[in-house]
Amino acid sequence: MSQSHRIAGGQIDRGVALRFSFDGKSYTGHPGDTLASALLANGVRLMGRSFKYHRPRGPISAGSEEPNALVELRSGARQEPNTRATVAELFDGLEARSQNRWPSLAFDALAINDRLNSFFTAGFYYKTFMWPAAFWEKVYEPIIRRAAGLGSLSRLEDPDEYDKGFLHCDLLVIGAGPAGLMAALTAGRAGARVILADEDFRMGGRLNAETGEVGGRPGADWAADVVAELAGLPNVRLMARTTVAGAFDHGIFGAVERVSDHLPAPLPGKPRQTLWRIYARRSLLAGGATERPIAFENNDRPGVMLAGALRAYANRWGVAAGDRVVVFTNNEDGLRTATDLQAKGVSVVAVVDSRRGGPLLPGLRHLQGAEVVDSAGRLGLSSVTVRMADGRTEVIPCTALGVSGGWNPNVNIHSHHRSRPVWAEGIAAFAPGADGPAGLAVAGAAAGRLSTHGALLGGQAEALAALGDLGIPATAGDLPKAEDAPVSITPKWYVQGGKGRAWIDQQNDVTVKDVKLAHQENFTSVEHLKRYTTLGMATDQGKTGNVIGLAVMAELTGKPIPETGTTIYRPPYTPVAMGALAGRSRGKEFKPFRLTPSHKWAAEQGAVFVEVGMWLRTQWLPRAGETTWRQSVDREVLATRKSVGICDVTTLGKIDIQGTDAGTFLDRVYANTFSTLAVGKCRYGLMLREDGMVFDDGTTARLAPEEYVMTTTTANAVTVFRHLEFCRQCLWPDLDVQLISTTEAWAQFSVAGPNARRLLEKVVDQDISDAAFPYMGAGNITVCGGLRGRLFRISFSGELAYEIAVPTRYGDALIRKLVEAGEEFGAVVYGTEALGVMRVEKGHVAGNELNGQSSALNMGLGKMVSKKKDSIGMPLSQREGMVAEGGYRLVGVKPVNPADALSAGSHFLPEGAAPVLANDGGWLTSMVWSPHLGHCIALGYLKGGDQKIGTRMRAVNFMNKTDVAVEIVSPHFIDPEGERLRG
Amino acid sequence: MANLKPLTALGHDAPEVLSIGAVRISERFDVALASVAARRGKAGDLASAAQGIGLPLPAPATHQAGDPWSAFWVAPEMWFVEAPFASHEDIAARLKAALGDTTSVTEQTDAWVRFDIAAPDLAPLFERLSNLDLARAPVGFASRTVIEHVGTYLVKRAAGEVVLYGPRSSAASLLHVLEVTAKSLL
Repeated sequence: MSQSHRIAGGQIDRGVALRFSFDGKSYTGHPGDTLASALLANGVRLMGRSFKYHRPRGPISAGSEEPNALVELRSGARQEPNTRATVAELFDGLEARSQNRWPSLAFDALAINDRLNSFFTAGFYYKTFMWPAAFWEKVYEPIIRRAAGLGSLSRLEDPDEYDKGFLHCDLLVIGAGPAGLMAALTAGRAGARVILADEDFRMGGRLNAETGEVGGRPGADWAADVVAELAGLPNVRLMARTTVAGAFDHGIFGAVERVSDHLPAPLPGKPRQTLWRIYARRSLLAGGATERPIAFENNDRPGVMLAGALRAYANRWGVAAGDRVVVFTNNEDGLRTATDLQAKGVSVVAVVDSRRGGPLLPGLRHLQGAEVVDSAGRLGLSSVTVRMADGRTEVIPCTALGVSGGWNPNVNIHSHHRSRPVWAEGIAAFAPGADGPAGLAVAGAAAGRLSTHGALLGGQAEALAALGDLGIPATAGDLPKAEDAPVSITPKWYVQGGKGRAWIDQQNDVTVKDVKLAHQENFTSVEHLKRYTTLGMATDQGKTGNVIGLAVMAELTGKPIPETGTTIYRPPYTPVAMGALAGRSRGKEFKPFRLTPSHKWAAEQGAVFVEVGMWLRTQWLPRAGETTWRQSVDREVLATRKSVGICDVTTLGKIDIQGTDAGTFLDRVYANTFSTLAVGKCRYGLMLREDGMVFDDGTTARLAPEEYVMTTTTANAVTVFRHLEFCRQCLWPDLDVQLISTTEAWAQFSVAGPNARRLLEKVVDQDISDAAFPYMGAGNITVCGGLRGRLFRISFSGELAYEIAVPTRYGDALIRKLVEAGEEFGAVVYGTEALGVMRVEKGHVAGNELNGQSSALNMGLGKMVSKKKDSIGMPLSQREGMVAEGGYRLVGVKPVNPADALSAGSHFLPEGAAPVLANDGGWLTSMVWSPHLGHCIALGYLKGGDQKIGTRMRAVNFMNKTDVAVEIVSPHFIDPEGERLRG
Repeated sequence: MANLKPLTALGHDAPEVLSIGAVRISERFDVALASVAARRGKAGDLASAAQGIGLPLPAPATHQAGDPWSAFWVAPEMWFVEAPFASHEDIAARLKAALGDTTSVTEQTDAWVRFDIAAPDLAPLFERLSNLDLARAPVGFASRTVIEHVGTYLVKRAAGEVVLYGPRSSAASLLHVLEVTAKSLL
């Protein structure tokens, strides 16, 4: 049985057969088919099981609003769950599987839920699984998740790439139906830059699904001709397979282009999808309308569809979804389905029209004042029960039922900025309100104008208005002639009577009864209704069910529908893959890397790197025979303190500060004074936030009377620069100060240790003796026979130390030179671990102490905050609570028993005190193993710590389950008098 | 001169050149760069001094080519000045000497990696990289823009030629994204 339900016509290429499989069974279709149309063509109506009750379900729609026909596509790592068969473009080799069923789609064991439905009403979980509480996470939730849910994840890494991009246009047209095409044509012919985006792979919207003429030709042909003309205009970008998913601020729209979803796999190098941010000067929503059903008992059987979808399958895809068709409608548009199918030779056995009066359809059994009250058929529709106008009922055998309850304008995008749609009585639906996103107009069915003529006219008019706003001259071309039938609808939301379930939201198995239960339990607000019943959640976001649900609620509360209102519309319009949102930012490419000037050399040495922000810094450099990181780090520390070590410190922020007021500027941003700093000297500086807490620290050198270079911590390089720019531009625009970052311009290396000077003397061209270049000296130098460089005599390790800088392109050469020159001294290159050990040994604060909650006084640097001048943070650093005796003070910590290990994060407790908050004395901020001392040492903040030097406490860590007796000591473990660094 | 061998931002002895389809990406290693910022209230003096040495100080969002000096605007009363590296390695010192106290000059040569990117139509590449409207931008347009989290300066030198300055330390990451994006266009 091959394509037994294929009928004549349609926009498919019958000359090409595409093979595909569904649940392992092979079928054929044609280019132009969706998975749903191809399955229906092959007589397959059953495509899935429902979310909660595992009811047999088939497609009800032919578009992105589909709640039922959700399938898994592809296999392996490309397996994608919850894909709508109605929009999945068929390709040769497509693999599809039904989901949420076991062991098979036709026989699903969990369909027992349907028998037990009286236990599973709305709110069932909240009421039932309350006791015992501990069971929820371990027992109830896993069972419920196993029983409910839809598709499954492969749990394999997505093998495809996703891209992102930015587009600009004068006019973005969302939707390529008659309104969108007319708008794009008007603007395109006027020379405006136009983007026309449509979620479908074939542009034309409903024109492809209808038989009406436009401009004397079939609508689909007119659409194809317009698309061809637009494709020839260089100022127009046609974006099929592109869903505009959201309206964001300032005329920016998010759109997902499915570049490769219609292929078995993306072509080499091509992304699967691209997320575009479209910057539109003006935009037009021409997204059409979505048909809604009428709820009646057992209205969810495979074969029960929206009337417009039934028509679309016949007209666009040449598919008769059933061989005996009944149409159930409350409006004129539903009758079109009957006449179109009849014209195509499909047997239309009855038209059930809930309206009374009016002309009868010729040649059809047109039952006015009647309604469908029930259906039958285990895995697919076999008959409907119709209640006639006179009250008697009749069972009518049929295999397809087209239901039309009216059309809802697709207002979503227009409501993404919280514009509330307004009730349009004439079409019995919500239409766009007045306060949509700035620059966004609406035309066609999306605006509530449901005729083709209305769409063409609206598209043209709104395009002309947009172009007028932009000052782009345009003329209204001839409008092609098209049908302009008025809307005739008598609202009917659900069929009264009947004891079974009438389905409103088929994706979430929400029934009329559930809405009634919500009302009974006082969840009457639409937002409460949604959360209590799950109406309108999941992939379809209630596109077919929401209005019915709130109409039922309106009836129950006695409020009119407009007063009942809608829930909030939020992006995305249809589901967006996480991969598209991530783009290329995943795995190793999650963020860019920053490489230091010595990276190449260090990699050659087998260095271990550590991520420091975006930087990759050398953490340590293992040597042959070293099997643990501690061995490498200990060696680096000991060698540096014994002779000399070299470390790449390029990552520290460097900011060039120039101007006649540069000194004044620094006095204001630093807590201590810099205007008095002599040229050729540098000074340690402490920068506070306005609240008086320490922001950052570093050294700043004065290279010329009006030129300083500031260094910052690596972590705060950007934030300090941003802060300085704010101060310069906003706080003190009267100061003559110019700033620019030079972090990357200079390769800078620390050379530390007793032999630091002797090593540098082999490299630096000038005299750098203690007399010529004393402690805290700074200045321009030349290196290796003339290369311009900079030298700073500063120390983070406590040793005699310098930082030497050259233009970055020479950084690699310089470290090689320093290593070579250091050979005779046994020089080592050390990484960030050794750097950390030495700074703790010396008692310097770093990131763990600069935690945003600590003041200069806490750090033992209170005297650096000058009271002789005003500076950011100084006034608030003097608050009573900040300067109170007994506050946290930086202390050194060592274990009483040198064999004991310490751990950062441990809390200080007095000896014998209970481990409760009231006894908490502070915490260990940084801990290292000091190879110099041969035991662990730490820094910490201890309440009244300056008064507790020499006392004993406990360092308690509940995480590590340690309780260590410690001695509180000075934070300066090495050379407290500073003799080494001045040597 | 010192006997130290320079490396390009990508860590090589010579600049990298890639051809990917119609897109050609050329690392430039031969351009010296410095920032020039007018001291407060000295913009007029700077303009005069700049004119004296033939240094263009183009309007906001523009680049102006010259010989030997070219420049592009980066901030109010602030420009990046380009010159041949071979003859102007000491670009900052030269500019400071010429412009004197009207100006704050800072060497920027090695703070940046420069890629010259050429293709008959650069729009498909850059619409995947930057939110700038490159197609509408006139020749000579210059702007800061972010490409895959990396802050860059972009200069449209000709219809099919763009100069991109990115932070030197991220040169490899920036080239990687240029490369994969160009490949996606094949």
